[in-house]
Amino acid sequence: MTDHVKDKELKLPKISAEDVNVFYGDFQAIKNISMDINSNTVTAFIGPSGCGKSTFLRLFNRMNDYVEGFRMEGKIKIDDNNIYKKKVHVEELRKKVGMVFQKPNPFPKSIYENVAYGLKIQGISNKKIIDERVETALKQADLWKEAKDNLNKSALALSGGQQQRLCIARTLAVEPSIILMDEPTSALDPISTTRIEELIFELKSNYTIVIVTHNMQQAGRISDNTGFFYLGELIEYKNTKDLFTNPKNTKTENYISGRFG
Amino acid sequence: MKLKEKLIELLLQLFTSVTIFTTIGIIVVLLFESISFFSNVSIIEFFTSTKWTPLFSEKHFGILALASGTILTSLIAIGIALPVGLTIAIYLNMYASKSFRKLIKPFLEILAAIPTVVYGFFALAFVTPVLQEIYPNLETFNSLSAGIVMGIMIIPFISSLSEDALYAVPKSLKEAAFGMGSTRFQTAFKVMVPAASSGIVISVILAISRAIGETMIVAIAAGQQPQFTLNPTIPVQTITSYIVQVSMGDAPQGSLEYQTIFAAGLTLFVFTFLLNSFSFYVKKKYQEKYE
Repeated sequence: MTDHVKDKELKLPKISAEDVNVFYGDFQAIKNISMDINSNTVTAFIGPSGCGKSTFLRLFNRMNDYVEGFRMEGKIKIDDNNIYKKKVHVEELRKKVGMVFQKPNPFPKSIYENVAYGLKIQGISNKKIIDERVETALKQADLWKEAKDNLNKSALALSGGQQQRLCIARTLAVEPSIILMDEPTSALDPISTTRIEELIFELKSNYTIVIVTHNMQQAGRISDNTGFFYLGELIEYKNTKDLFTNPKNTKTENYISGRFG
Repeated sequence: MKLKEKLIELLLQLFTSVTIFTTIGIIVVLLFESISFFSNVSIIEFFTSTKWTPLFSEKHFGILALASGTILTSLIAIGIALPVGLTIAIYLNMYASKSFRKLIKPFLEILAAIPTVVYGFFALAFVTPVLQEIYPNLETFNSLSAGIVMGIMIIPFISSLSEDALYAVPKSLKEAAFGMGSTRFQTAFKVMVPAASSGIVISVILAISRAIGETMIVAIAAGQQPQFTLNPTIPVQTITSYIVQVSMGDAPQGSLEYQTIFAAGLTLFVFTFLLNSFSFYVKKKYQEKYE
């Protein structure tokens, strides 16, 4: 491979949205949004409730497909492939694009089974491989120390913060390249939140992370780039520091200065 | 005004207590008549003998002959109803569109509303002849067709209650499973069904309970011959259809034949009581898991 091609690959955005519109029945939830997200960055989506940031995030792993009346126009490309093409294998896509949800949602199974779940549904049955991947994922998610002696304990016995780290471990175990996080700390206490934020920072070197957050300080602390959404539009999207210190749009300015939201 | 309130409250309490007293009354009658039955018949014979011939001159009182008929028909019924009912529940919950679900659910409920005598006739006049085409040695009265039709009858119990249980599983679990790249099938069987298992188990127990107590279908289609057997092709008699047979005959009150009804009834009651207690236990122990 020549250096030229390599350079080109590096510059290719990991995720690229082109002229995206989303409708739920007659309601337009996303209005003509285009954006590029680069590899190994943390991108934060901020905005008031109902602004479309979660809807937009959920386009990247096609989680909106189940919503009644959902319709989308435009293209979402991941690694230059349009994921809304007809022949796209949605299950395969979701193995590459993991998701962590607002409320910790571990399966009512043991800690081990939670992390092994994604591997098992892929048909991996070699216990040694699964054991290794479970351990690696729990270590990556900063849960190994607490969980290693309780792997067979029910995941529901963990605290909220531990459950959320377990959900991150579960996602990491299938080795995705993108992790979507939909307000992952909104149900957690400040200490658990800090641990997750530190974790996100560490994961950045290996993953592309997109996070929806209500908390502007959080966006400021952990993200490289931030997009501000308002009423289904992407109002402003740029380097996080820039957005917070030097917003170009008055709506952005009003929002980050706490005048509405 | 206050007196009126008090009177109304008293009246409501009275009506509520009717159900309790009825239950107690039934149990007392069952027990009393059974006690006098067991003073004439050894309890060991009752539980070990495999012949049940109280109406013949050579009398045997082995409840196993009737219990096997009840268990056999109920097992066949649940063998039909569990896979079909659960499949329907999963289909409605995971695959069907909202509008289709709305359309199909009332139809399922209708299955439970058909009079059981119609089912019994359907088993005898339609299912048995069809089965005889496939397996000519099948006798006219047999537990197979009675069991199958009883299974159809209890499908709504399982499908409806299991669907409720699946519906009660938090949406976030379904999302987690889909988010991990599970297919609908994997989501259904690896996440949803285990998470709803307590509700599904309860639905199955209630359905079995219903099958054990079912009378008309087995009385019409399964025959009137107490046999200790697990062969589904020959006539059997269940506990319930025995009770029907004797109740409609002319066993004089107070006679031993008359008392057999109560001994059989008590056995039946113990069966369903145990099952219901078990479902109550499952409900209590496993239900609050996802709060």
